[in-house]
Amino acid sequence: MNKLISRFRPEQIRLLFLLALMAIMIGFFSIQIPGYFDARFVNRISTSVAVVAVLAVGQTLVFLTRNFDLSVGSVVGLTAYIVGQQLWRHPEIPPLAAVALAIGVGAICGSINGLLIAYGRVPSIITTIATLAIYRSFLVEYSGAVPITTNLLPDWLVDLSRLSVFTVGQIQFRVLFLIMIFVVLLFQFVLSLLPFGRRLYAIGSNPDAARIAGFPAQRMVFSAFLFSGMLAGLGGFMFLGRYGNVTVLAGTGLEFASVAAVVVGGVSNMGGSGTVIGAFLGALFLDLLENSLFRWQVVSEFWRDAILGMLILAAVALDNVVFGRLKNLWARAGLQMRSEDEQKPEVAADVR
Amino acid sequence: MSANQAAMPAAGESFLSVAWRRLKSWEGLLLVMLLLILVINSTLAPGYLTINNQINLFILSIEKIMIALVMTFLIINGEIDLSAPSIMGLAACVSAFLFSRGTNFATALVIALCVGLACGIFNGFWIARVGLNSLVVTLATQISYRGLARVFVEDKSIGKFPEWFNRLGQQDLIGPFPFALLLFFFLFAVALVILQYSGFGRQVYVIGNSKDVARFSGVKVPRVKFMLYVASGLMAALAGLLLAARFGAVRGDLAAGYELDIITMVLLGGVSIFGGSGTLYGVFLSIMIILNVRNGMGLAGLSGHFQTGVIGVLLIFSVLGPNMINRARAGVSRRRMQAELRKRAT
Repeated sequence: MNKLISRFRPEQIRLLFLLALMAIMIGFFSIQIPGYFDARFVNRISTSVAVVAVLAVGQTLVFLTRNFDLSVGSVVGLTAYIVGQQLWRHPEIPPLAAVALAIGVGAICGSINGLLIAYGRVPSIITTIATLAIYRSFLVEYSGAVPITTNLLPDWLVDLSRLSVFTVGQIQFRVLFLIMIFVVLLFQFVLSLLPFGRRLYAIGSNPDAARIAGFPAQRMVFSAFLFSGMLAGLGGFMFLGRYGNVTVLAGTGLEFASVAAVVVGGVSNMGGSGTVIGAFLGALFLDLLENSLFRWQVVSEFWRDAILGMLILAAVALDNVVFGRLKNLWARAGLQMRSEDEQKPEVAADVR
Repeated sequence: MSANQAAMPAAGESFLSVAWRRLKSWEGLLLVMLLLILVINSTLAPGYLTINNQINLFILSIEKIMIALVMTFLIINGEIDLSAPSIMGLAACVSAFLFSRGTNFATALVIALCVGLACGIFNGFWIARVGLNSLVVTLATQISYRGLARVFVEDKSIGKFPEWFNRLGQQDLIGPFPFALLLFFFLFAVALVILQYSGFGRQVYVIGNSKDVARFSGVKVPRVKFMLYVASGLMAALAGLLLAARFGAVRGDLAAGYELDIITMVLLGGVSIFGGSGTLYGVFLSIMIILNVRNGMGLAGLSGHFQTGVIGVLLIFSVLGPNMINRARAGVSRRRMQAELRKRAT
């Protein structure tokens, strides 16, 4: 048993647990809803999870440094509006320039957050609650409450959400989904293999130690927020591509959705632990749940938020209580195995 | 703490120097700001400083400032409650739902208060007993309680409450003062005595300064935190019902987004987000500032969204400002110390 436990890291057990939970959920709803799990459903999920998953990647970077970014919902709305407006006024803008514009606007928002948090030492929760309101009010003033609608946008953008790169059977791999997969893999690579990523973990695990070890902590926190802003900008572009309609309230509530995805995906709000893949699975899990509850006739759709909140709480509680124990158990098992290998008397097992 | 010490007169000081030192504290700065805003507003709009207008301005945000009182306790204690606006909505929706199903309205109100109490106990259990991060817990319960509120009223709007209930929010009770305002001043007095002049209040400060120090000196940390969350839930339910009385109708998104204003009021009042410092006097001054700023902007014809943006800027500066001042002060004292050392060395 101990050997089995020490074979997997607690974080990996957690992800397996989440995958198992998803499988159980799909099984349950397949029995409840006739024709539930088909290609159309997979396509719908793969499109709807894209925006939240991209935001969750940015949120992961910020979470790793023990911070929060609650402003992403407004950044998504703002970039979606600005890009939509520019494409409406100048339909000749090429797609890549539109994406660059979106990421640029997001970068500006993110660097404002980062400057205030990393260099101004304003706590992230305060800063981003404030900028959530500031960006939103800027959007309202800037737009003059004129919404962007599908018929104002160029055709390539309107068709973007249904455009698929290749299909396997009836399952389409759409552009938005592939962008999301690319972002997830890129940042998983950055976090697990590049020095920048490892330093983010170090700062979140112990900010004081990281500072003493000479990491440029302020610059790292700043860049985490910058990346979060840029990804929110990209999310804004994807939002525009997916819905085509942008009102001044676009993207409201996405900040909570991304925090929920990250927390369910096992990224610790105390910093220093969690993976981008986990955040993606968290986003997928919540999206699957939301879409399934939507189709399940037994409970009214109004129950969705109530259940969602409780699930986030359950994830955090589980993280704190169960995985805390599991980590202890794992550390003990690891110590025991090491001591057996070295043919030494058993190390005192009490790690606590 | 520094604000507290600065406000404390030392023996043998002249009245003027005491006054000057008080003015230099955060509360003094707020007072000057408030006077400035009042002067600007009353020159812009004649009749601004009349009692009726000032009462009216309180009444328009009475629910928020009631919650700001409890939030002051929580933030000084080093915690936060983002779910309070959702509890307001939930309590109001429960009472409206029960009333529309034919329950006696007074009973419905009592049940709604109990729901608020239960929400507070639920928050308190996870934060104080299990020891989870209050920000994450209340973020989750914020979503949940709001969702539950929607379950009760769906997307309808429920109104047509009894006459006496609507009057609670609007009609004057004693002189020009309506019931809600009198209730607020009563609660403010109670909160002031508890936080600033009682043993429990000292415990709240000690926990905010250092949880470990508090535990080792025998303060029952979980119990204090639990009580604060229960109080927050109950107060939020009360505020939600008053809001329903004032609006005369209840919808699922009642009080959504109030947390920004409430937290701004508390932090602008000089309460540290890290806990352990700040006073209710400061919070009261910042409440006055925010109400007057909003009212002034409203008179100048600026939209609600724009006002919210300005409040956001205020929130950032209320933390950034003291940070910069402290850093400048630390820099000056360090340079002085270095100069002193150099003088001694020569």
